[in-house]
Amino acid sequence: MEHASLRLENLTRVFGQTTAVDRVSLDIAPGQFVGVIGRSGAGKSTLLRLINRLIDPTDGKVTFGDTDVTTLKGRALREWRRDCAMIFQQFNLVERLDVLTNVLVGRLAGRGFLSSMAMQFSDEERTMAIQALDRLDLVPQALQRAGTLSGGQQQRVAIARALVQNPRIMLADEPIASLDPGNATRVMEALRTINKEDGLTVLVNLHTLDTAREYCDRIVAMRAGRVMFDGTAVQLTDDVVRDIYGSEGLEEFNEAVTSTAARVRETA
Amino acid sequence: MASITEAGPSSPLLAQAESSIDAFEREFAQARRRSRRVWLIGTVVFLALFFLTTWFSGFFDVRMVTLEDGSRAPRWVIPAGFSLLDDFVVKMLPTLDFSSWPGFWASMDDWFWGLEKWLGLLLESILIAYMATIFGIFFGFCLSFPASRNLAPNNFVYHVTRRFLEISRTVPELVWALIFIFMFGPGPMAGVLAVGLHAQGALGKLYSEANENISMRPLEGVKAAGGSWFDQVRYGAVPQVIPNIISYSLLRFEINVRASSIIGFVGAGGIGKEFYTALQLQEYTDLSAIFIIFLVTIGIIDWGSEKLRHRIIGLEGRT
Ligand SMILES: Nc1ncnc2c1ncn2[C@@H]1O[C@H](COP(=O)(O)OP(=O)(O)OP(=O)(O)O)[C@@H](O)[C@H]1O
Ligand SMILES: [Mg+2]
Repeated sequence: MEHASLRLENLTRVFGQTTAVDRVSLDIAPGQFVGVIGRSGAGKSTLLRLINRLIDPTDGKVTFGDTDVTTLKGRALREWRRDCAMIFQQFNLVERLDVLTNVLVGRLAGRGFLSSMAMQFSDEERTMAIQALDRLDLVPQALQRAGTLSGGQQQRVAIARALVQNPRIMLADEPIASLDPGNATRVMEALRTINKEDGLTVLVNLHTLDTAREYCDRIVAMRAGRVMFDGTAVQLTDDVVRDIYGSEGLEEFNEAVTSTAARVRETA
Repeated sequence: MASITEAGPSSPLLAQAESSIDAFEREFAQARRRSRRVWLIGTVVFLALFFLTTWFSGFFDVRMVTLEDGSRAPRWVIPAGFSLLDDFVVKMLPTLDFSSWPGFWASMDDWFWGLEKWLGLLLESILIAYMATIFGIFFGFCLSFPASRNLAPNNFVYHVTRRFLEISRTVPELVWALIFIFMFGPGPMAGVLAVGLHAQGALGKLYSEANENISMRPLEGVKAAGGSWFDQVRYGAVPQVIPNIISYSLLRFEINVRASSIIGFVGAGGIGKEFYTALQLQEYTDLSAIFIIFLVTIGIIDWGSEKLRHRIIGLEGRT
């Protein structure tokens, strides 16, 4: 179970007229670092939300090991969400609560009603949260309000929250799209460390090709809800990208503001 | 870019620009005519309704009044009414002795003869308001979340809680008081329930409006970490609305003090009963004495709660 792989079979989600995710099938081995790229509206966010069950699929299914994720309900569903941590472009922290409490939100799944309403956490849980914050160099900020931190710090708090969930998979929806290059690099490095040290599967949506090339073992490219490419960074040459997206698509990726590497190579 | 320079002075682009300006002028004039017409019709309708309602409610009536020389003559109600108010105010004025200090205090004692009893009853009114506010805050708070569009777990729960809050705030406190007096007998308990129920409806509505303006991102974060609906509300929504809730609740306490003084009229505890008795027995100086005590107390409470509210808002701003 610990080393189960994540499998998507014909996963489809329709919103009114648009098919946001269109018959996506993927097999993700444990410990892989997978990048999902694609233009705005390609269905990347929808794909991650389907996996975490923030939204339900129209068709197809997600399995993890022997578990059919798409049929989970109630407590089992909340436990799945805990096992499959998610971080967001806009961090989604509770800005008015302190950093420590924000991290402890990662421990909410499956705890008692009264203790969770009273915001009472055990000493072990607090220790866990502090250790997670320590891994991300955020202990000095532990009692500060989350809203007062910089964007990069907030995203690392979100990663700490994900860590205390003790997840098996880490989903990240454009985690660096609203960060400057320096912070973007720190966040991507943190994800890489977690992937290497804890052996967590990481599935991350990215806007920029070079970031994907730099960090991902495997790159999945989407367009209009469909998977157009699935391979290693080396296989994803500029020519392949141009084939899939056309030359303006290539430019769009390369000129995106957030990138973890200062780009020197010009592709004209 | 290139096409403009190539096209020269008599360019079709320029002609097109002119005609689009004309079109704009035409549309603008049209829109202005339309808005004038709407304004004119609105004014006429408003004035018509205004005169109809004032006439209907007797603002133009004529009443027979007794003049100075004892003869009777018709007069427009408004000045006629004001001359009665004169009488009323004169009757409420106590006869105070200004000749000496001891005499003055003695006449004040006479005026405020029931001070102890009245203060006791006023305290009872304030306690009723206090209990009722707590009752209202608690239930209004709990119900405000299912009664918010963005937070309601489903449509059924949303509509049921909304309707319940609506009913409890639409029925006036006096009517609730009569119902509870019928159920539990006269006394402060009926007052607490009546004012509390009404406050719950009003607060629940205000709280739910605050809830509907929050950012949903924190809630999504809690949900994605495996939090239940209650966790999402507790960790994601409540911290965002706390300052609003405190501010509304203090304001409601001020309102409830007034309400709890009134409901004594029907026997639901507090100072209202004494007010009613004085009115019945035409003890006009008692009426003015109670009125003064009441005004001073209300003033103090309003002042204190305003200070407190500003304090809290100030604290919010700093951290
Ligand atoms: N809740 C929704 N209701 C209706 N349509 C939606 C919803 N969520 C997504 N869509 C549509 O589904 C398509 C895919 O959206 P999605 O957010 O997954 O794209 P994305 O690849 O994440 O884009 P971006 O890079 O801009 O974040 C879009 O056309 C979008 O308009
Ligand atoms: Mg997206």
